[in-house]
Amino acid sequence: MSGAGASSLALEVENLAAARGLRVLFEGLAFRVSAGESLELRGANGSGKSTLLRILAGLTRPHEGRVRYSGAGPGDSEEAAQHYLGHLDAVKPTETALEQARFWARYFARPQDVADAAIKRVGLANRKSVPGRGLSAGQKRRLALTRLLIEPRPVWLLDEPTAALDTEGRTLVMQLVAEHRAGGGIVIAAVHGEGFANSRILDLSTLKAAA
Amino acid sequence: MSGSFSVFARELKLAWSGGGGAALPVGFFAAAASMTPFAVGNEIGNLQIAGPGVMWIALALASLLPMERLFQADLEDGTLDAYAGSGVGMEGIALAKTLAHWIATGIPLAFIAPILWIMLQGPPEQVLFVIGAALVGSLAFFFFGSIGAALAAGLRRGGLVIALVTLPLYVPTMIFGAAALYAAAGGGDWGQPALLAGAVSLFGIATSPFAAAMALRMAID
Amino acid sequence: MAVLSYLANPYRFMAVSKWFALPFTLLGVGLILIGAYFGLFVVPEDFQQGDSARIMFVHVPAMWLSLFAYAFMTGASIVSFIWRHTLADVAAKSAAPIGAAVTALGLMTGSIWGYPTWGTWWEWGDARLVSVLVLFFIYLGYMAIWQAMDTPQKAARAAAILCLVGAVNLPIIQFSVEWFSTLHQVKMKAADEFKYPMYVVALGYFSLFGGLTLFNMRAEVMNTRAEMLMQRRQAAE
Repeated sequence: MSGAGASSLALEVENLAAARGLRVLFEGLAFRVSAGESLELRGANGSGKSTLLRILAGLTRPHEGRVRYSGAGPGDSEEAAQHYLGHLDAVKPTETALEQARFWARYFARPQDVADAAIKRVGLANRKSVPGRGLSAGQKRRLALTRLLIEPRPVWLLDEPTAALDTEGRTLVMQLVAEHRAGGGIVIAAVHGEGFANSRILDLSTLKAAA
Repeated sequence: MSGSFSVFARELKLAWSGGGGAALPVGFFAAAASMTPFAVGNEIGNLQIAGPGVMWIALALASLLPMERLFQADLEDGTLDAYAGSGVGMEGIALAKTLAHWIATGIPLAFIAPILWIMLQGPPEQVLFVIGAALVGSLAFFFFGSIGAALAAGLRRGGLVIALVTLPLYVPTMIFGAAALYAAAGGGDWGQPALLAGAVSLFGIATSPFAAAMALRMAID
Repeated sequence: MAVLSYLANPYRFMAVSKWFALPFTLLGVGLILIGAYFGLFVVPEDFQQGDSARIMFVHVPAMWLSLFAYAFMTGASIVSFIWRHTLADVAAKSAAPIGAAVTALGLMTGSIWGYPTWGTWWEWGDARLVSVLVLFFIYLGYMAIWQAMDTPQKAARAAAILCLVGAVNLPIIQFSVEWFSTLHQVKMKAADEFKYPMYVVALGYFSLFGGLTLFNMRAEVMNTRAEMLMQRRQAAE
């Protein structure tokens, strides 16, 4: 529950390798992202951006190497407080937008008004009583973003966060990321097109070509 | 802890909203058990011999029906990723979801069991025992089923795989539960088989969330 | 190259297993033939069951091997879980069809033996026969999981989980079936007159199991290699 304020936080990756089926996506990958930084993952389709994010989130086991968070809490740990937002928005068709946000608030043991505020922040205030099946793709993505706001966690792992979003939605994501970094948070995101302001870039396509 | 509990509450609500939740398995249970007289003949003697056993099999199969979607929906829409990426243990999620679905579907199944029992010429004074037996039995069917459900969560035609994988695990509950029902129907002592069935159910509740969690971590990997 | 060399780790296995697969298979066949000769022609006929008891030379070792093969798969699954060694998955996968086949053989011979002995092809009152039937279904489920998964890695994980779940539940299933059969008791005469030919046949079964499993494993490893080569070639194009 240290929130995004832990400024000594860093995420370190050592000698990481991943394979899909029998094909090697990347190997010998090493980088370090410190508090307040963001890292854009770029590269062609199939270069392993999503896989890398899933490994960082602890969903997929790397073939080799390890992910370490330092300064996340007492001592180093492999599982720091993080949010993972994938391609899928985890939106339930029968629950209303507000119900889903409130569920996540309960899930993270946060007060209910945090969920209400998050719904407002992502611009769903006038759609809050619409069930998930009635939301457009962009609105579902906005609903998924509420998870980032409901529970403050230092590391955000975002897989193409602006996909399906309109211009206004993109600006929202950029703002959220900037605020998060200003508070000492870390953002690692797979990005196509427009990136974040003064962000580091890791291109997985060239990495593999160089290897 | 609050994570698993909120998932439990959510699943309970989701199971009943949109699609009626228990309606389909309950309907299947009633329809399958009602086939018995057409197969074994409508003489009271025949029904008394076949009835409790067929009812028990129908309960097991009806419990298998909700298994295909138990984890599949959450896997498909990314909810399982969100759960797993948030540091809440998968064991807790598996337990919460299975228990919620048992409450949403297993309990309704147990409460229509006595109707089928009487239709199949079981002695009416044993109705309370039948409800109890069906509650205990369906617990085992749901929890052992959750292992198959988790293993087959990522499969397109998971239902058949779940049935093939899970039915051998149903054997002890099948034997003890049906034996208890027959003992009750014949006015005998159902204590021992009923206790053994209860023990198997407890074993299922205690162990299957771990196996299901392993399978779910594999499914999102 | 680190990952590729990990995937190709079975090279040492291939070099060594080459020298064992065929001898084990041949030794197995030889021992089975010797045991069968003694069982059929040397051992006197059973004073109660007559010649029909001779099917025990096929049946009993098959029942033993059906359990042993499952235990072997369980061991391999545990290894796969702890060390994540691909070869352990390959071993478990390779043993499964052989285990299932001897289980089926055990069931069929048991049934054939049962007809003159019990007067029925299938006796639900015999706990051993019924437990082995359940074991057969577990084998089928195990092989179905390997078939159903879209990637071999996932299939291996799922199959290992299922194998362990089956291993944990087998004693309970066994107990419940025994409890069930005491309700429907059948008198059964165990035929343990002619132990030695049976041990010879059993040894043959186990040796054959070892040889065939090694053959299966080698085929599996070669398959994986061929697929790797194909993917590498595609990637190079």
